[in-house]
Amino acid sequence: MIDQEIVAQKRAAQLAKRHRAESRFKWFGRLSIGFGLLCVLFLFTDIISKGIGAFTQTYINIEIPFDEEKLGLTPQSTEAEIKAASFGSFFKKTLREQNPEVTGRKDKRSLYALFTSDAPLILRDMVLADPSIIGTTQTVSMIADDDFDTYYKHSYGRDLPEDKVIGRINDFQVSMLNKFVDAGVVEKRFNTIFFSNADSREPELAGIKGAIMGSILTLFVTLILSFPIAVATAIYLEEFAPKNKFTDFIEVNINNLAAVPSVIFGLLGLAVFINFFGMPRSVPLVGGFVLTLMTLPTIIISSRAAIKAVPPSIRDAALGMGASKVQTVLHHVLPLAMPGMLTGTIIGMAQALGETAPLLMIGMVAFIVDTPASITDSATVLPVQIFLWSDSPERAFVEKTSAAIMVLLGFLIFMNSMAVWLRKRLERRW
Amino acid sequence: MTLPTLLIIVLAGAGMAYMLGRMRSQQIAKPIGGVRNLASLPSYYASLMGLWALLPALLLIVLWSVFDGAIINSLVRAELPIEAKSLSSEDLGLVMSQVTNAAAGIGPADTLGVEYQGAIQKLSSLNSTSVKAMPILAIIVLIVGCLLGYRSIRATHNARYGVERIFNVVLIVCSSIAIFSTFGIVFSVLFESIHFFQKVPFTEFLFGTHWSPQIAIRADQAGASGSFGVIPLIVGTLLISFIALVIAVPVGLMSAIYLSEYASARVRAWVKPALEILAGVPTVVYGFFAALTVAPAIRNIGDGIRDWGAENGIQILANLSVSSESALAAGIVMGVMIIPFVSSLSDDVINAVPQSLRDGSYGLGSTQSETIKKVVFPAALPGIVGGVLLAASRAIGETMIVVMAAGLAANLTVNPLEAVTTVTVQIVTLLVGDQEFDSAKTLAAFALGLFLFVITLALNIIALRVVKKYREQYD
Repeated sequence: MIDQEIVAQKRAAQLAKRHRAESRFKWFGRLSIGFGLLCVLFLFTDIISKGIGAFTQTYINIEIPFDEEKLGLTPQSTEAEIKAASFGSFFKKTLREQNPEVTGRKDKRSLYALFTSDAPLILRDMVLADPSIIGTTQTVSMIADDDFDTYYKHSYGRDLPEDKVIGRINDFQVSMLNKFVDAGVVEKRFNTIFFSNADSREPELAGIKGAIMGSILTLFVTLILSFPIAVATAIYLEEFAPKNKFTDFIEVNINNLAAVPSVIFGLLGLAVFINFFGMPRSVPLVGGFVLTLMTLPTIIISSRAAIKAVPPSIRDAALGMGASKVQTVLHHVLPLAMPGMLTGTIIGMAQALGETAPLLMIGMVAFIVDTPASITDSATVLPVQIFLWSDSPERAFVEKTSAAIMVLLGFLIFMNSMAVWLRKRLERRW
Repeated sequence: MTLPTLLIIVLAGAGMAYMLGRMRSQQIAKPIGGVRNLASLPSYYASLMGLWALLPALLLIVLWSVFDGAIINSLVRAELPIEAKSLSSEDLGLVMSQVTNAAAGIGPADTLGVEYQGAIQKLSSLNSTSVKAMPILAIIVLIVGCLLGYRSIRATHNARYGVERIFNVVLIVCSSIAIFSTFGIVFSVLFESIHFFQKVPFTEFLFGTHWSPQIAIRADQAGASGSFGVIPLIVGTLLISFIALVIAVPVGLMSAIYLSEYASARVRAWVKPALEILAGVPTVVYGFFAALTVAPAIRNIGDGIRDWGAENGIQILANLSVSSESALAAGIVMGVMIIPFVSSLSDDVINAVPQSLRDGSYGLGSTQSETIKKVVFPAALPGIVGGVLLAASRAIGETMIVVMAAGLAANLTVNPLEAVTTVTVQIVTLLVGDQEFDSAKTLAAFALGLFLFVITLALNIIALRVVKKYREQYD
């Protein structure tokens, strides 16, 4: 009797232990998933909290009297005369006159440094666009310098401890800022410069337009080359290829290429396209070639899966009606497999859009101030721009980098959700 | 005429040839009782004629653009004065670029002597001839192709066979590009590596423990030793990959097990895509995250521990020092990046384990976790090992995270708190920017590339073997 009770107790204890082990194991699983999801969340909040500030830019509205004497220009001046005029000293003089309390050399320099170093060029372009403003006084929204901008956006008016203040700005500049704010001339606006300028050494003037154009051109080349080649390869391997050593070799090569690190494709591009064929460096054409070779395996593999998913009965029916093999494939199999192929292509393009390392190898890291217009212009792409900016010491570039990442992720999310939508919407199940 | 306009003209010509072919075939069909009496449909005659027009012209344009530079170069080289021909390849390249500049009218024209004028003139005349001749030849070829295609349109000629044969050839050519790019990779890294190993002995590369690729330009230059021992890079690579796998394998595996064995379909439908987001984030973003968020955080934590250790008199902790670019930061972030990779591969193999095995285990009274641990996991183990190997190859080949977060110092250390460098980081740093193709420094990058290619390829082949072998057991 007692023995049985002890056995029963032992059993119960053991069972309880086993059940505890069971729930422990389940918790490990939940924790793992939680960790993964937390990483996603943390990554996104980190990037967004860092980058959201870059979408606004501080402007300081100043009255600029375009004095004929000071500029040495008249409304009738020619373009060459305007270009030769010294807007730099004109701008500084105007600032000194408007802030007569600033006297010291150092303070004066600090005052000028509140504005973007391109301020004279902006004034010149205004005059060039409309020479009739000479002799009148205009209110100009001048772009603030990046340090000033960072300080105003993140530290101004907040009681922060010394080490938390960001934006390199001295006490005199803080007092000037206070003066400007009291006068109501400082304003934050949506940062259009970020989307309309190419790269620049000055953070407040740096934008992603050049990089986006570069990415578009590079992806254009990649798409035009990789989609037809991948679809043709997939059709050949699935529908026409005899089972022999040659086709086996092709298959092995495709699978291996899918696993080659992307930086190796950069070496290939450098040695073959640039060194051997003598193509120019840092152009979207070569970038597109390299990314084509890189994305081909992805698209081929998904295209083959799409072709495989088309039931044999469709082919049999077409062949039975007297269609040739090519007609069967082109008129029946290919249209049915197309949604799957497109999904794979979009995913491959998304991969190519995010790729950085191979493009570094072929010289797309150059500092390029012009927006590329064709596939043979020097260009950089969005991920490389992110890499370049992340290396810059200026605090303001951290913000720009994060904002550029947000734009890149936006594109990627759009592409991937399009792929998902396409798959749900158009893919047929048999 | 620029290349794009020429291409548009050729395409338009081919389109016109298509229309012409269509009209011609219908014209032929009329007297013999309609299209049904032709051997092929009119669209096949038209396509064949279009292809006749398009393909030869296109081939000519491509070949011309690829090879005209090299041919002109060799012709100009023949015009160089005698003394230039005895120059070394470097100097000859310099002279040639001067000639090119002079012919293009860039830079001062009189840097080269009178004896070079012949070469300069030859180059500019050849260049202008090439620019003019290519479009003309291409259009001639197009027209000839059209005529040949036009003549081949006969009621008895089955154009469909021709079109399908061309289609087949195009397919084979496209399929071969995968082979070409593999060969391209192998040869490009192999040739440059052979050059490298002519300058640096193979054993020194493979077994040297000191990596500092700066080559001394002057004999007394400081810090330019030029030694190419790959061991520190391998240790750094393995250290970071190891940290990454320590994070990614347990997390990825447990997530896969939970999602496939425990989670309801609804949870799975939401959580799986959410985790897959990690796989879609570009590596440069992870690099930024590692360099600007994770590395400083680790440094702060390390400093905190050190201060705490110093206060409480714990000597080991008080000596802790964390580098601002640590292997740990890069490894952790890389681990996060490959979590979805490990988890989706494990998911596949866990799902491939037949339900009968689980049912057998439940029938004997084991709990779900016991079934997973003692039945499902062992059965799926080969596949999981294959997945881990693939993840390792991914980690070894990963570039941007380590470039941005791991640093450049080639320390031979296994301390994860110090800065280490990896094979991929060195490839990038050696090759970014302008460089000559014959210095050992540049060539070293190709030797590293070869090394990386061989390692990742070997890992992949082993992994695929393991996975394949396992799959055959249940199918």
